[in-house]
Amino acid sequence: MSWTWFHKLASPPHAYRILGTIAPWFGWASLALILLATWWGLVKAPADYQQGDGFRILYVHAPSAWMSMFTYVVMAVAAGVGLIWRIKLAHAAAAACAPIGASFTFLALATGSIWGKPMWGTWWVWDARLTSELLLLFLYLGYMALRASFDDPQRADRASAVLALVGVINVPIIHYSVEWWSTLHQPASVTKFDKPSIDLAMLIPLFIMIVGFQLYFGWAVSRRLRGEILRRERNANWLKEAA
Amino acid sequence: MTPRQKRMVTVVAIVAGVGIATAFALKAFNQNLLYYYSPTQVHAGEAPDSRSIRVGGLVENGSLKRQPGSMEVTFVLTDYQQTVPVSYTGVLPDLFREGQGVIARGKMDGNRFVAEEVLAKHDENYMPPEVADSLKPHMDAANSAAGAPAAAATPAPGST
Repeated sequence: MSWTWFHKLASPPHAYRILGTIAPWFGWASLALILLATWWGLVKAPADYQQGDGFRILYVHAPSAWMSMFTYVVMAVAAGVGLIWRIKLAHAAAAACAPIGASFTFLALATGSIWGKPMWGTWWVWDARLTSELLLLFLYLGYMALRASFDDPQRADRASAVLALVGVINVPIIHYSVEWWSTLHQPASVTKFDKPSIDLAMLIPLFIMIVGFQLYFGWAVSRRLRGEILRRERNANWLKEAA
Repeated sequence: MTPRQKRMVTVVAIVAGVGIATAFALKAFNQNLLYYYSPTQVHAGEAPDSRSIRVGGLVENGSLKRQPGSMEVTFVLTDYQQTVPVSYTGVLPDLFREGQGVIARGKMDGNRFVAEEVLAKHDENYMPPEVADSLKPHMDAANSAAGAPAAAATPAPGST
């Protein structure tokens, strides 16, 4: 099998150009969708029969929780590709994902806590869902700390890639924790092989918000990856020619 | 095998190895990961009575009583098979109501469970009040039929 197309895509000048072209599209589309979903979720969607208006924090909590896991899978796949094919750009992509994923995880934990105090009656419990999501935050932070502890970028890439791969086991645990164990956190409302347990009028803005968050991730990771390429290729000829 | 294929096998082996190890570890610690016991487990003596435990279930309809002049409330937790009477003094969370899933932390005192903390469990259902009203007759019918003990593990009053 020939992998030339794959290696061409992985060439830093090529990737740098493509990322620069697509980033603004991601950025503007995500801004438009997030604004639309914010208005829809806060104003147009009906209040919940039990929680009243308090349920609306869902429109930030659920997309960030979803993105915290999605980003980790992207990061682990990029790290795996980097290890197997020895592609520096893939390692750079994994490194670009980590702070974004950590932010999503923090947002999910913080919004969940703010919702939990009035609704459950507590800021935090050590149930399986909350604990595994907190572990995800530590995996991101550990990944970033591990990268920062190496001076040699190649060694940083390899060591952190192994950590990213080991930690990916946590993602299915987070998702299925609410089914496998009795938790305070409720089971899934949307991501299941059944009719969603959320009214359509509330579900539509949630979907728009999730797509908006995905596009935001596309924007953020493109920008961060460009920065990462610049940092790694600062002595390369193609950059000197471009500048 | 080319070096690349070897690296591929290594990566797959790392993920599979850690996955299997985690699965065994979680299986071994399974009991400790349970956040709460059901009333049936309490009656079967599966919950320790010497230390503080959590009991989760639905608040039985018509069982909630407030003592006049104090913060004390009593209610009955049920999983449609067994019941546990609970007494609690303090502020109840927003979602606390009859028919709602709640988790109480405390100790058994004879037959009565004395709770130090009561948390409301939210179910996975989100709907506007009008929809909830139109569903209500069905939900009440399902609750009174009590033929759905499957709801015990995850109290979800609307999951008919």
